Amino acid sequence: MEYLPNILFAIILIAGIGYFAKNVKKLIRNIKLGQDVNVSDNKNQRWKNMAMIALGQSKMVKRPIAGFLHIVVYVGFVIINLEVLEIIIDGLFGTHRIGLKILSESVYGFLIGSFEILAVLVLVAVIVFWLRRNVIKLKRFLSSEMKGWPKSDGNIILYFEVVLMCLFLTMNATDTSFQALDSGNIISQFIAHWFNGFSEGTLHIIERAAWWLHIVGILIFLNYLYFSKHLHILLAFPNTYYGKLTPKGQFTNLESVTNEVKLMMDPNADPFAAPPEGAEAAVPAKFGASDVQDLNWVQLLNAYTCTECGRCTSSCPANLTGKKLSPRKIMMDTRDRLEEVGKNIDANGGEFKDDGKQLLGDYITNEELWACTTCNACVEACPVSIDPLSIILEMRRYLVMEQSAAPMELNNMMTNIENNGAPWPYNQMDRLNWVNE
Amino acid sequence: MSNELKVTTMQQFMAEGREPEILFWVGSAGSYDDRAKKITKAFVRILNKANVDFAVLGSEESCTGDVAKRAGNEFLFQMQAMMNIEILNAYNIKRIVTCDPHSFNTIKNEYPSLGGQYDVLHHTQFIKELLDAKRLSLTEKTFKGKRITFHDPCYLGRANTIYDAPRDILKATDANILEMKRHKSTALCCGAGGAQMFKEPEKGDMDVNVLRTKDALETNPNIIATGCPYCNTMMTDGIKAHEREGEVQVMDVAEIIADSEAL
Ligand code: SF4
Ligand code: SF4
Repeated sequence: MEYLPNILFAIILIAGIGYFAKNVKKLIRNIKLGQDVNVSDNKNQRWKNMAMIALGQSKMVKRPIAGFLHIVVYVGFVIINLEVLEIIIDGLFGTHRIGLKILSESVYGFLIGSFEILAVLVLVAVIVFWLRRNVIKLKRFLSSEMKGWPKSDGNIILYFEVVLMCLFLTMNATDTSFQALDSGNIISQFIAHWFNGFSEGTLHIIERAAWWLHIVGILIFLNYLYFSKHLHILLAFPNTYYGKLTPKGQFTNLESVTNEVKLMMDPNADPFAAPPEGAEAAVPAKFGASDVQDLNWVQLLNAYTCTECGRCTSSCPANLTGKKLSPRKIMMDTRDRLEEVGKNIDANGGEFKDDGKQLLGDYITNEELWACTTCNACVEACPVSIDPLSIILEMRRYLVMEQSAAPMELNNMMTNIENNGAPWPYNQMDRLNWVNE
Repeated sequence: MSNELKVTTMQQFMAEGREPEILFWVGSAGSYDDRAKKITKAFVRILNKANVDFAVLGSEESCTGDVAKRAGNEFLFQMQAMMNIEILNAYNIKRIVTCDPHSFNTIKNEYPSLGGQYDVLHHTQFIKELLDAKRLSLTEKTFKGKRITFHDPCYLGRANTIYDAPRDILKATDANILEMKRHKSTALCCGAGGAQMFKEPEKGDMDVNVLRTKDALETNPNIIATGCPYCNTMMTDGIKAHEREGEVQVMDVAEIIADSEAL
């Protein structure tokens, strides 16, 4: 009987982490549905980007208020989670505040004291975040793609943080031996006053309850991540590592096209020659992307990493002038479709069964795609190195090269280039006329 | 003021057995569009004044394919690119200067992996070089004290992080340089990029160029400066939409430099 709490704790811990691991596996499988892309170059620069952008939050502070508050929550979250380490050891071995046995009283007090201060700062930041979303009604949190689940998701996370922080402080306040120590209870000593007059026994029950709820809450939170935009707290790291390193204006050159164009331009090539053995397999099934499997895996990682913050959309010229295009929606659609494909695979014993749907058309419309000016404002604004523009371009490629579905004016423009070497119907021989005009 | 422009084609250089210092990539807009041709000529006047031994391709130049690529037509882009690269390589071109940020971006970033490796400069960078090397000096300064705001072209600014060159040369005119609220990396697009220039915009509640021109007008400028022929068209139309034509001018940085010296 005496080991019951330890056993119970171990079971909860294993279940919590096990379910999380299962979802992480699913996540990785889904991301791997994407096309291969070589991102093994420039390791130094990549590590640097990760350190600066994910760890150092360098892009967040471009919007100073949100950036500062975010850093508070982020630092608070990471550091307070050190406390979880102690909770896990205590829970498994039935100890109480094992930290006190390992560290000197003053060091332990210093640590817990800083956790308590951070907890209060996090609470304040979270309240401001909640106000921004629900009372001040910032425009970028009100767009059409932010209705329903995405809106609730944003708030649920904030409630989670409030509850966890309150539990942490309550746990400390009602821990009589910790209060007696009078080291590190910087904040909780004031909360302890509220419990004046409670019997020792009641205090102990409250302390235990807060302790258990705290660790269970953290495990629930961990498992909530997979279903939430909050996945970014983990994926921001790989995503910034794999982020684009070339100049933003540089779009990829499709290699499959290069091969064909070279063949066409080579006067010695025999158009009727049989392709060499194995060459057929090298020709891709299609140009561009109509569904998530046609995108590369970094683009799919992008989709899972998106925090739905809307910084991209709030700087998009198309969106700002009332067009349907929203780069955030592009990312959210990609993730939703990828999840749908993943579920389809799960339901069909590991294989995707055609469901008559695709990313293009069922999620993202042509109208959205054609509204993009390729200005890179979204890419520049994203705090976690997401590139919505690359997905838009892949889908335009599909529309044009597979379906010839460009708007008529663009088809005219392209015909002009083919015929005259200029997007307008002028004679190439007249290119130098300006000199004498 | 001499109106004679000294322009030599690559073919002529070849015939004379000479190599130019730079190749001036005129671009389709710069060759055919009436407004953009003025920018082309202004830049040539600067080149002539600074005695730059430059060449143009003339009728051997063809569309870079940039706009086809952004529209999704990778085939057409690569055909154009390879055709151009063949010619550029045949002439052994090393240094290219262009007034069009789209050509600049494509040739600089997207041609190399197709076999075209050149040192590519935007004309604002090259003018800055001329000023720094004292091959060109501004003495008359007609624009002294004029209120000028610079609109960053997406394909120069965000796409290639070139923010300072155009501003530096504008400062050399002693004009009063004003920044819009959205500038440099947060500059708003003029609305022309990504092949929008060639089609009607999608349904919305405003045109992008009208919004961007509003940004510019908020600085209360005499002149809106740009470094791109497409931005120029867009901002000029924007001024008309705001009914401020006549009051506010849209000029390319090259035009400001050329006019500043009454070239
Ligand atoms: S690149 Fe396209 S989607 Fe991104 S901000 Fe510009 S117009 Fe919007
Ligand atoms: S793509 Fe980036 S900027 Fe846009 S909503 Fe997602 S995280 Fe925010």
